[in-house]
Amino acid sequence: MMTHSKPSSGAHVGANRSVRQIMWQVMLALLPATVFGLWCFGWPAVFLFFITVTSAVLFEAFCIRLKGKAVKPVIMDGSALLTGWLLAMTLPPWGPWWLGVVGAGLAIVLGKQVYGGLGQNLFNPAMLARVALLISFPIEMTTWANVSPLFFTDSPNFADSLGITFSGLQNLDAYTGATTLGYIKTEFSQHRLLPDILKDYSAVLNFIGWTRGSLGETSTLLLGLGGFWLIRQNIIQWQIPVSLLMTVAVLASVFHLLDSDHYASPFLHLNSGAMFCVAFFIATDYVTSPNTTTGQLVFGAGCGLLIFVIRTWGSYPEGAGFAILLMNSATPLIDHYIRPRIYGRDRKGKPLEIPKP
Amino acid sequence: MTSLFSKWRIRGGVHAEERKTSTATQAIVTAFPLPKKLYIPLQQHVGKPAEPLIKVGEVVLKGQLLAHSQGIISAPVHAPSSGTILDVNDYPAPHPSALPIRMIVLETDGKDEWLQPPDIGDPFQLPPEDISLRVGAAGIVGLGGATFPTAVKLNMGRENHIDTLIINGAECEPYLSCDDRLMQERAESIIDGVRLMLHGMETHNAVVAIEDNKPQAFAAMTAAAMPYPSIKVMQIPTRYPMGWDRQLIRYVTGKEVPVGCRSSEIGVTIHNVGTAYAVHNAIRHGRPLVSRVVTVAGGAVQRPMNVEVPLGTLIADLFNFCYVSPEKTARIIMGGPMMGDSLPHISLPTVKATSGILALTQSELKDTDEQPCIRCASCVTVCPAGLRPLDMANNIRANQLDAAVDIGLKDCISCGCCSYICPSNIPLVHYFKYASGEVAARQQAQHKSEQTKRLMEARQTRLDRIAQQQREEEEARIAAKKERDRLKAEQEATV
Repeated sequence: MMTHSKPSSGAHVGANRSVRQIMWQVMLALLPATVFGLWCFGWPAVFLFFITVTSAVLFEAFCIRLKGKAVKPVIMDGSALLTGWLLAMTLPPWGPWWLGVVGAGLAIVLGKQVYGGLGQNLFNPAMLARVALLISFPIEMTTWANVSPLFFTDSPNFADSLGITFSGLQNLDAYTGATTLGYIKTEFSQHRLLPDILKDYSAVLNFIGWTRGSLGETSTLLLGLGGFWLIRQNIIQWQIPVSLLMTVAVLASVFHLLDSDHYASPFLHLNSGAMFCVAFFIATDYVTSPNTTTGQLVFGAGCGLLIFVIRTWGSYPEGAGFAILLMNSATPLIDHYIRPRIYGRDRKGKPLEIPKP
Repeated sequence: MTSLFSKWRIRGGVHAEERKTSTATQAIVTAFPLPKKLYIPLQQHVGKPAEPLIKVGEVVLKGQLLAHSQGIISAPVHAPSSGTILDVNDYPAPHPSALPIRMIVLETDGKDEWLQPPDIGDPFQLPPEDISLRVGAAGIVGLGGATFPTAVKLNMGRENHIDTLIINGAECEPYLSCDDRLMQERAESIIDGVRLMLHGMETHNAVVAIEDNKPQAFAAMTAAAMPYPSIKVMQIPTRYPMGWDRQLIRYVTGKEVPVGCRSSEIGVTIHNVGTAYAVHNAIRHGRPLVSRVVTVAGGAVQRPMNVEVPLGTLIADLFNFCYVSPEKTARIIMGGPMMGDSLPHISLPTVKATSGILALTQSELKDTDEQPCIRCASCVTVCPAGLRPLDMANNIRANQLDAAVDIGLKDCISCGCCSYICPSNIPLVHYFKYASGEVAARQQAQHKSEQTKRLMEARQTRLDRIAQQQREEEEARIAAKKERDRLKAEQEATV
């Protein structure tokens, strides 16, 4: 006798794409930028990265155990790994070990599991954790290491690096400095003007990622390539990244044309790994972004606007985290008001009228 | 300009792996050995079941009327072969539940002897109403799977003065290729059927729409339609569910059918190519619908094919003929893999709606381990009806069925695109079918309770009225008595 198995309704065949495959493809897209970042910032970055990712997975396992469910299948979907990974990429590369652990805990426990786990959270867990860390530990979160690649003579060796990660950084100023955006912000307070401030700015080095910044967020090039590949793979849609970047570009152009002494050029704004990371990897998070393409355009534009506003007039040099969280909270509203039109009905849901011949 | 844009717009949909080649490249097999017994359900169509008019033990010829249609929306059933009626009783239906429905069991005599067909002259001399009548009498229903009685549709088309007849040759479901082969091999007959339908509906414009993954069928149909300028054959993009009637109507005519309307109300009627072929057989040869071409395919089928079988053939007989391996079969599906239903066993008959029977192996099936929704919104993107399956599923899970109805549950066409694409393997269509059934049941229950309440209230008012009447009569009686007493007293006083 032939057996009957559930379910009885279609579709009986399916597209070959599972949640796990999606997560792994996103991680694959992050890989070049991550490897480059780890190489640029050396062993301390490697340690911090692995500590953050491992803690994220352990926190996830702990929460699932508390729920009384089987841990392995949930861990295997790769979502906790990805959250930890994204968080690590936004941390300062030479941050102390506890920054990664606390961040991972915030992201997984407060950002995701208290809402009910995968797919239920209102805010992007990695951004929630990053913003919480930035507010709680402003000094640690804004200590940016100089580029000091692995195996270079001036870079800290393995033993020194263990010290940096686990007992803190000695002789801070020798190894650290400001990011471009941070530098602009401080110099403005010294009443200097942009052309003067940006004398040493190199667009090419910023594009490649040879600059101070978050662990995996320095390379515009590699993050852009990763994001482009994700769109090609149909994992993410173009709407959010394009509308986000376009909004920033348009706003920056307008203000730069009006006053180029005080408003950085659109190229400086866009030529930043952080911007690309947010546009392609953070804002496109399925769970916390709108469902419809129109909604996604609105969401992306909102993110772009807020990023620009916070970067330009806010007291923080980088505003992506706050912008994303604010727009995350607007997502249910966007989804409520922007809906697809149902076949045979008008936008309000009333049946169409029969056209008179 | 905007109308031009919307005309070519196809909304949503998926491009599923076609898997049609194993059957689409071979000719339709007509040498199917006549089964010993045929199980003919009395309901193979939308509407009321047919009413049997034969007795057990009666000898019938092929094409003889077994059960006549009842009511306006119904269809008769004819004998698919000659033989003896063994039984008229309840047998398992070709449905996921396999619940018993009424069937006629026919023991074939092997002669397959046709009833003498009536004398047919030139059908184009017949009044259009007669075409509908003959199509209705031949038991023809929509063979694309909807099984709506064709005669009713022809009548609606004539009454609404439609301007376009669309012939659906999309066959967008994976695996299925019965329409493809039919178009390749019997194009002239199909085109003749289309002309007869045009005559029956008094319409002068037909469009045959064929997906562009069937170039041979397109070529054959184009050649067959060449002499008739009223029939246009066009290619349409290959994208499931292109064969959804309303999607096809929008693509071909640029018109959108309003919710709650029939397509004929906006001047369009749509029929399947198989139906056109059946119309040709019925009108030209006087042969009712007693057989159809069925695709038997899937990984567990060793001899996949399109085969013409008498209606009522058990799937078991079909599977024997096509060498289906029971060990490899993980799921049996009637219809295509997107919209078809899985069957619990194979002792079920093929019916007018059976376009295909699939025996799929485990590796062909979608995973069933359900994971949490990650709100990727692919289901929103692929939904051809413009719904938000993920929100509907959430509402249904929370038992908020009214909320699900509010956001479009009733507009779901169960095309299966959302289930197909879902990376979390959530059986969305399953949810929607469950919820629709539940909503209908609740409405029925509510209707019943309202009815009961109304009856109760009516009874109460009746009782009240009776009591009132009695009270009034009593009062009148007392008043009359008083009056009598008074008169009596007056009389006594005067006396």
